[in-house]
Amino acid sequence: MKNHVLRPLWLVLAAIALLLAVRYLVVPSDFGVNGRSFTYGFHRLSNVADWQKFPDKYLGKEYCQDCHEEKVTENGSSKHRNIQCENCHGPAYGHPDNPEKLPIDRSRELCLRCHSQLPYPGSQRGQLKGIDPERHNPGQPCAECHNPHHPDQEVG
Amino acid sequence: MDCSRRTLLKSACAATAAATLPISAFRLFSPAECRAETGKPGTRWIFLVDTEKCVGCGLCVKACKLENEVPYDAPVTRTWVERYVITSDGKSHIDSPMGGRDGFTSPKIDGQEINPKEITKAFFVPKLCNQCDNPPCVQVCPVGATYQTSDGVVLVDRKWCIGCGYCIMACPYGVRFFHPEYKVAEKCTFCYHRISKGETTACVQACPFEARKIGNLRDPDDPVTKIVMTQRVGVLKDEYGTKPQVFYLGLDRNVR
Ligand code: HEC
Ligand code: HEC
Ligand code: HEC
Ligand code: HEC
Repeated sequence: MKNHVLRPLWLVLAAIALLLAVRYLVVPSDFGVNGRSFTYGFHRLSNVADWQKFPDKYLGKEYCQDCHEEKVTENGSSKHRNIQCENCHGPAYGHPDNPEKLPIDRSRELCLRCHSQLPYPGSQRGQLKGIDPERHNPGQPCAECHNPHHPDQEVG
Repeated sequence: MDCSRRTLLKSACAATAAATLPISAFRLFSPAECRAETGKPGTRWIFLVDTEKCVGCGLCVKACKLENEVPYDAPVTRTWVERYVITSDGKSHIDSPMGGRDGFTSPKIDGQEINPKEITKAFFVPKLCNQCDNPPCVQVCPVGATYQTSDGVVLVDRKWCIGCGYCIMACPYGVRFFHPEYKVAEKCTFCYHRISKGETTACVQACPFEARKIGNLRDPDDPVTKIVMTQRVGVLKDEYGTKPQVFYLGLDRNVR
């Protein structure tokens, strides 16, 4: 056959070979249809394990038990018993090594998330004990008068 | 058999039109299908939100952002809480400042005072990824970076995502966003790292009122599955045919 026919043919074949070689090197071997169907399961399988390796930041109340037993017991019998310690003190990941201490948030805003009164029928918010933050001892941190761990008790 | 050109063209057109319609477009949420799913071996994660219990404290949003390293002060979040206040003139006032991260401490909505006497209904609606059975966000991904796991959770492969944003546009619930640091599509994973270890999600753990729950639809004894089977639950945007797997108790028709 004539050269001007063959030359572009070789060029196209070389391009396809290059494409396949690059594809072989770049696309991981676990890439493919893993799961229900091509539409929903076409992915890199090891990414599932990547996500599972992500570290937890919130460790839960049980974690505090060993070292802050007094606080956990005190809190456990109060009206605040359903509130996780870490909701008010932040995630405990790394504590007590790093950070050594968890932050203490004495802001009124923390308590007002639940206790600023909103007259909302159809929501449990309407039934929570609420105050008007502009009239209930404004400017003063709530914890000066209420025990955040056991609010049904007088502050000692 | 005689087949005129006219009838051939007619039936060809009809067949093409029918073939382009997905079957799922005709089906709405069916409890029977859910029931068929329960009892199968394995896991299918589902979520239950009780809008009557939610008080709008926003601790779930805070916990989600810190647990999953979502930039705290950026206006993006994997889960958020919306406030709906419906007044006697039929208007609905909706807001979600910072996704409800700092709770709802003021009765004002977008700076507007609302007379408590005019409020007919008011409630909070937490939202998150619906982990759809037919996720449109996965269908549109051109590179296979987002996918559905065998237990029904839609994840994004951060190494593979090219950041084209198709999935963000495709999600009818607006739960996807662009991660400001990783420059890839980002979404709720149902805390896949936690549920895979038998723990609960960060938002479920943070909620003091049990307004959020996660369960396994394939386990007939799962308390969440029992509620979905026996009580009146709703889902968001059922008509899109995405088959959302986040179920709501006490859903109002004003909720979009
Ligand atoms: C392994 C033991 C250990 C565990 C578990 C632990 N802590 Fe601590 N925590 C400490 C130590 C030690 C300190 C430093 C106490 C000090 O210097 O007064 C501390 C300090 C704190 C402080 C600051 C106290 C202050 O006076 O400033 C807070 C708040 C706190 N922890 C909360 C928690 C919470 C919430 C948990 C559970 C999620 C938890 N801790 C789990 C050992 C622990
Ligand atoms: C509702 C929010 C809230 C919750 C829930 C909460 N705390 Fe606190 N915590 C506070 C506040 C506010 C202070 C600061 C109190 C003060 O100023 O006297 C504090 C102080 C502390 C301190 C150090 C000061 C002290 O009194 O010794 C520790 C330790 C602590 N909390 C541990 C815990 C643990 C453990 C839990 C879970 C059982 C918990 N907290 C739950 C709000 C909370
Ligand atoms: C996550 C929501 C939440 C947060 C945040 C919260 N509380 Fe509470 N608080 C509750 C609930 C629920 C009750 C029980 C209400 C009831 O029984 O009606 C309660 C009860 C109380 C009571 C009344 C106790 C009684 O005797 O009836 C006080 C006072 C109180 N909290 C103070 C605080 C203070 C101070 C803070 C901030 C450190 C705070 N709360 C933060 C949910 C919250
Ligand atoms: C100067 C002390 C003081 C401060 C500061 C204070 N309170 Fe109180 N609070 C009280 C006293 C005293 C009562 C009980 C008498 C009453 O109902 O007014 C009370 C009652 C309450 C109640 C129960 C209301 C009811 O209906 O039974 C709640 C909830 C409450 N406070 C929350 C807060 C919150 C949240 C803050 C911070 C934003 C706060 N308080 C700051 C002294 C204080």
